[in-house]
Amino acid sequence: MTGPERPDTPRAADKSPWNWLLFIPIVLPLVTVWYNADSPRLLGFPRFYWMQLAIIAVGVGTTTLVYQMTKRR
Amino acid sequence: MWRDHQLEIAIFVILFLGVSAVGFVAARWRRPDNLNHLDEWGLGGRNFGGWITWFLIGGDLYTAYTFVAVPALLFAAGAAGFFAVPYTVIIYPLVFLVLVRMWSVSHRHGFVTPADFVRARFQSPTLALLIAITGIVATMPYIALQLVGIESVLKTMGVTGSGAIARHLPIIIAFAILAAYTYSSGLRAPALIAFVKDTLIYIVILVAVFYLPYKLGGWGAIFDAADAKFDKSPAATDGILLNANNQLQYITLALGSALALFLYPHSLTGVLASKNRDVIKRNMSALPAYSLLLGLIALLGYAAIAANVTPLKNPNGTNDNNTVVPLLFDKLFPDWFAGVAYAAIGIGALVPAAIMSIAAANLFTRNVYREYLRRDATPAQEATVSKVTSLLVKVGALVFVVFVDPQFSIDLQLIGGVIILQTLPAVALGLFTRWFHRGALIGGWVAGMGLGMWMLYQIPNAATKRAHFGGSAFPLKEFGFDSTKTIYVGFVAVAVNLLVAALLTLILRATSVADGGDDTSRSDYFADEGDPRADTAHPVSKAPEVAPDPIA
Repeated sequence: MTGPERPDTPRAADKSPWNWLLFIPIVLPLVTVWYNADSPRLLGFPRFYWMQLAIIAVGVGTTTLVYQMTKRR
Repeated sequence: MWRDHQLEIAIFVILFLGVSAVGFVAARWRRPDNLNHLDEWGLGGRNFGGWITWFLIGGDLYTAYTFVAVPALLFAAGAAGFFAVPYTVIIYPLVFLVLVRMWSVSHRHGFVTPADFVRARFQSPTLALLIAITGIVATMPYIALQLVGIESVLKTMGVTGSGAIARHLPIIIAFAILAAYTYSSGLRAPALIAFVKDTLIYIVILVAVFYLPYKLGGWGAIFDAADAKFDKSPAATDGILLNANNQLQYITLALGSALALFLYPHSLTGVLASKNRDVIKRNMSALPAYSLLLGLIALLGYAAIAANVTPLKNPNGTNDNNTVVPLLFDKLFPDWFAGVAYAAIGIGALVPAAIMSIAAANLFTRNVYREYLRRDATPAQEATVSKVTSLLVKVGALVFVVFVDPQFSIDLQLIGGVIILQTLPAVALGLFTRWFHRGALIGGWVAGMGLGMWMLYQIPNAATKRAHFGGSAFPLKEFGFDSTKTIYVGFVAVAVNLLVAALLTLILRATSVADGGDDTSRSDYFADEGDPRADTAHPVSKAPEVAPDPIA
């Protein structure tokens, strides 16, 4: 059981405008028209494949950025 | 025959035994005062740092079966199988803010399972029981599938016999060893073994990614070979690109699978075992390394096409596409390296199998045993029940694989993804809002479950010649739409679940039907390591952080 409610300090909430960036790597991989094509090829990989693998980097970049900007100090 | 594979088998056995030894030693690793507590046995002391968590969750989510089945999908159907990549990209930003809330509330209340959380949040033992049963039912076939992963390797090495028992003897031995060290070491065993497993897999794949194109004329030639194969095949849905009919399926399957992944109890086990919120957030950036790995492994399916690999047959005469990756290694790599690759897959099956059996056992212990059989169970009793249940769960998975057609496990796992999604409103949305009425959540669960089952039942599979439960791509024309498009069953089912839960909430509120209270408070969702109010067996003496952060 929990004790009496303490007021939440502002930092306690996870709210931050930076969080909206997280939508980029959620939406980007779902727009198939972006990458559902063969050309241009990169190192022999059709666009369908290299672009989706590249989106992994977008995901990593975004979550890293959001983490760094919202980190508690 | 197995005599052609002696070196591979020798390397496989040596690595497998080495890892088993690690599993037993794990009981002494970061040794607690008392292993006979669910926080210790089932959650490794809730104290894993960034690296251990990365290996543990990575080894847990990206299972041996995934590494075998995803390339098999590309081998057979092409681009549609690549959904695994967008799926594992979406997942981390999607759960970035969700998992930390789950960690915090579980840290403060001592929750071990998602059903523990639901019980407290909605004060509904019935809803919690439904969540627990859903979790157990969804996890069991997943464990069985790990055995299918090991079997594909053993089959390729020619380690097969006649008769149900003889053919499965190696797997039975492997699982007996696994069961023994999971029993004695708990979550520490898969956590320690994951280091070995993932290192092996990373090495194998890095080598394969450069060596295979060198042998097969470059990645361009590999994709061209796959393209040529799909052009020749009569099926309309294959090809190295998506077509008009399967794009919606691709998108909804990626999104639906992403929504489902962290609802699986075993995924949450890895999350709750980490020591603080930062570990989880940092891992959301680090875990996609496995997604890249998975993307590259998926492409081995095309390499198998370019290398003219012919899959081995199932006993009933259909192709066992799960053997294409092991066969590819057998064909193009030196025997010793193929042996290492096989060991990586075999050991890769042990880590998730161990964590899944621990998660299923914890669900039983916390949400059935303690809730209905022994209210006043001590932590030691809980740990004992969990240990014994984890054994039973593994025996159950073995029985499945030995006596039932493996195809049945694959079907069940498909169903598992759809049914675990039905816990989304209570578990995931429950972390953010207490708006839903507990009765409405039960109603939504029933609606989503019913619809999902009906849709899966309607789907035939041409390749395995089955009339029902043949896949997860549901043709929209069955709903009366004039369309040839398909959509992922789980996605539709969870949408209906949410709709029903929302409508019922409004109705139940309007008619003043009693709703439960809420045992959690707002600040519970932000608690971090060193929280003074944490309900833990090992009180933390460290003072809480008090420095206010000016950024709201």
